[in-house]
Amino acid sequence: MAKLGAGSIRTLPLAGFHGGSSAVRLEAAPPAERISLRAGAEDMAALSQALGLDLPVKPKTSAAAKGRTALWLGPDEWLVIDEGKGGLMQAAASSGVLHSAVDVSHRNAAILVSGPGASRAINAGCSQDLSLKVFPVGACSRTVLAKVEIVLLRTAEDAFRVEVWRSFSDYAFGLLAEGAQDAAL
Amino acid sequence: MLLIHCPYCEEARSELEFRWAGEAHIARPENIAAITDEEFAEYFFLRNNEKGLTYERWRHIHGCGRFFNAARDTVSDRFVMTYKAGLPKQPVPPAEKVSAIAEEKTVETWEATEGDAR
Ligand SMILES: [Zn+2]
Repeated sequence: MAKLGAGSIRTLPLAGFHGGSSAVRLEAAPPAERISLRAGAEDMAALSQALGLDLPVKPKTSAAAKGRTALWLGPDEWLVIDEGKGGLMQAAASSGVLHSAVDVSHRNAAILVSGPGASRAINAGCSQDLSLKVFPVGACSRTVLAKVEIVLLRTAEDAFRVEVWRSFSDYAFGLLAEGAQDAAL
Repeated sequence: MLLIHCPYCEEARSELEFRWAGEAHIARPENIAAITDEEFAEYFFLRNNEKGLTYERWRHIHGCGRFFNAARDTVSDRFVMTYKAGLPKQPVPPAEKVSAIAEEKTVETWEATEGDAR
């Protein structure tokens, strides 16, 4: 592999992106560590202990502790995000139980959508019911934003985290920017 | 928008999150090397292509990722019910069957709605 020259900088997906409208703020989330975790029901307790949070078992729910968030994606599948010190792969490995953990830290980028029009901006391309009753704070889901797949997490009443594959992040940001304009009308 | 109930997410979601995966309840032969070409063709290629109530596999590909089974009316495109993969073929509830047939009569065909269009 070619050696990077002194002073070369890695450009992150969505680096420098910012946008929104009077009702919605859009920003790129800081880099985070992420794993795609698959495990059976019998090994969940050991993995939960190793990761320091209770892996959620209910559809569309997440669990957070100490800078880590585990999002239920399917009956045996989670996306675990670490915004703190990292070490997710090591933690999962230390569980000693059968599981599959894939480091997807650089596969995804995240867009933070906030403000009173946040849900309307996302609904510009996403058909899920984002009312607080159906999609409360902490709710999460893998779903579709217009033409791309996303993982959506509600972090507050008027704030969402949109996880998207990095090569789609440009498109997702552009679409949310359009949605933000519409939400301000 | 067509809504499909995912038995794993326990929720109705937009059809955009799903993908069709062919006819359901087709058992792979126990010893596939021992069957005749005709039996293989029957198992591998031939499908009923039912008009009306049909059992299909669907996948919640942009959701939980799971395959499941669905009973769908191919005339009205109505999903009568869905259930988890691995379960035996589920009978359609009688009330549902009745309303499915009733709805079949109200389905908009091209001849009925566009037949006169110039
Ligand atoms: Zn599902």
